[in-house]
Amino acid sequence: MNQTQQQVEQLIQSRYKAGFYTDIESETVGAGLNEEVIAMISARKSEPAWMLEWRLKAYHHWLGMTPPNWAKLSIPAIDFQDMHYYSAPKQKDRPTSLDEVDPKLLETFDKLGVPLHERARLAGVAVDAVFDSVSVGTTFQKELREAGVIFCSFSEAVQEHPELVREYLGSVVPYRDNYFACLNSAVFSDGSFVWIPEGTRCPMELSTYFRINARDTGQFERTLIVAEAGSEVSYLEGCTAPMRDENQLHAAVVALLAKKASKIKYSTVQNWYPGGENGKAGIYNFVTKRGDCREDDARISWTQVETGSAITWKYPSCILRGDRSSGEFHSVALTHNRQQADTGTKMIHLGKNTTSKIIAKGISAGHSQNSYRGLVRVAKRAEGARNYTQCDSLLIGKTCGAHTFPYIESANRTARIEHEATTSRIGEDQLFYCRSRGLDEEEAVALIVDGFCKEVFKELPMEFAVEAKALLEISLEGAVG
Amino acid sequence: MLNIKDLHVTVGGEEIIKGLNLSVGAGEMHAIMGPNGSGKSTLGYALSGRDGYEVTSGSVQFDGRDLLELEIEQRAAAGLFLALQYPVEIPGVNNAYFLRAALNAQRKARGESEIDSMAFLKTVRAELAQLKMDEALLKRAVNEGFSGGEKKRNEIVQLAVLQPKLAILDETDSGLDIDALKLVAEGVNRLRDGKRSFIVITHYQRLLDYLKPDHVHVLSDGRIVESGDRSLAGRLEREGYAFLEPGEA
Repeated sequence: MNQTQQQVEQLIQSRYKAGFYTDIESETVGAGLNEEVIAMISARKSEPAWMLEWRLKAYHHWLGMTPPNWAKLSIPAIDFQDMHYYSAPKQKDRPTSLDEVDPKLLETFDKLGVPLHERARLAGVAVDAVFDSVSVGTTFQKELREAGVIFCSFSEAVQEHPELVREYLGSVVPYRDNYFACLNSAVFSDGSFVWIPEGTRCPMELSTYFRINARDTGQFERTLIVAEAGSEVSYLEGCTAPMRDENQLHAAVVALLAKKASKIKYSTVQNWYPGGENGKAGIYNFVTKRGDCREDDARISWTQVETGSAITWKYPSCILRGDRSSGEFHSVALTHNRQQADTGTKMIHLGKNTTSKIIAKGISAGHSQNSYRGLVRVAKRAEGARNYTQCDSLLIGKTCGAHTFPYIESANRTARIEHEATTSRIGEDQLFYCRSRGLDEEEAVALIVDGFCKEVFKELPMEFAVEAKALLEISLEGAVG
Repeated sequence: MLNIKDLHVTVGGEEIIKGLNLSVGAGEMHAIMGPNGSGKSTLGYALSGRDGYEVTSGSVQFDGRDLLELEIEQRAAAGLFLALQYPVEIPGVNNAYFLRAALNAQRKARGESEIDSMAFLKTVRAELAQLKMDEALLKRAVNEGFSGGEKKRNEIVQLAVLQPKLAILDETDSGLDIDALKLVAEGVNRLRDGKRSFIVITHYQRLLDYLKPDHVHVLSDGRIVESGDRSLAGRLEREGYAFLEPGEA
């Protein structure tokens, strides 16, 4: 290896800017999973009895399940008895304002570019910050309350709005749904809860920032967004974790429920620690995300930029129940070094004249494997359903892989389903062209990749689009050469 | 400006340039003609530093520097520009954005400040108007869906904005109709300020009629076999390249 190559390798190793660790005293529930642990989590959160019952039902169901093995992923065996299911920074019970929050926690989010204190708050974006198993604080609560919007941590929602939580919990993603969703149902710790009242357009972007900090701890968050008839909300999610020597599990459930003519837009920039260059450590990201367009003319749109995690298993889906409801999925999934991603979507057309659109962009570099897996299903009664899928893969270098697994099932003759797929390599001619005009190799790769992702980036809110672009550039450092 | 001495270039293990000497002074325009496969495009790529065009021996001095020591983008920043015979498409990358990124990268490498957006747009728009190009091309992706002629004219827009010290035009006239050819030639002539140098690679005298180069060279089998003034181009047009190798003719 020559000197420049070594420098490039060093760059890759240091590219994960969120890899720091916050030294803070935590209360962690002992390793292992059993009824007692679940009861303890529920007790810590002073949950009502029905909540604990639901958790235990999920746990017992989970015991009889086996991990899914159909994805194109090589997943090392996970010892579920060897990890911790709850870890929370020690602090006063439920701080009533950010003044009572440990400054170290505020500092952590500051460093991650998500300031929570009054002066530096992100303009026009309300943030719920989740640190390991608990929510640290939610900004702009007062302003949102005035609009009738509920935006709080899931734990708080269980206390303050039990009737809403009870009504919708498990109604989009039942606890039986799949192995990881079921595990989450048993042990979920925190997450965000959003409720938008009828006819209300949420006055600002809502956002949750998830941070894993503790060692050997899984993060199991749960987010539930309910949009009443005619309402509208845009929600952003960001995630990071310190660089660790061992793998950590993140198994989240996100459920969106869109009622009549409402609109939910959900964007994710996922930047969990991807592991080292040789595939050592990193986050296992097994996530269930589902949106239910339960009534007519409802619209749900998923946008995701996935650059982190050692393994990503994630298929944000839309169930298009209402007539004329529509689902969209815009995705950029980037894998480098030894990362593996198997990600895509499911569009289930049940209502008449439902429409869905899928734009999936996969970028593979290094020795990574990147798969798109997507299902478009049209039920018999879904007269006039339409789907358009575009699935593009970009390869950087010769040692990575890109795979596409489209599944199309149509039981209605009037359905129109289009699927386009391309695979290309960053061409030497493109690199030469850019460099001959003065851009260096990394600038050239970033520019070409940015162009490749353009259709997805334009779906992201402005601040996120800039962040996503920068993240992609950092993640690709040293990918060529 | 440019001084090439005994240049040898290998492509895929085969020697294509076999001892080429060429000296281009500041403000001069040199035309290089020659049959297919004689090494014309290889010369352009080798001077730009493209991977796969390996200089096995010889030297190239450019504006007082050893050109062969520089990376591709460093050569660009030093003032070398190659207008490609087949300009490359970059999907999703806005044409104006690309050009500004390139210009700023060069300026940064030279220790200059970034160009003001307004000034940049003004320059680009003026150039587009002179080349009779639709301004909408600025918002389209680089060369994507451009016609052959639009791609070539887009190279001239880049040339005009990047303002290199030496521009190499690799068959910029091929595939152009007579009107487009004239526009391109006028675009190039506007950039002749007595300091900027040009190497024009072409098959046809037609472009040279408009450009009026100071010197014409004939490249054959990797070497310059004949040099002269503009009349040499006329002779080639009439007689073909057969006279170059009397031994085999």
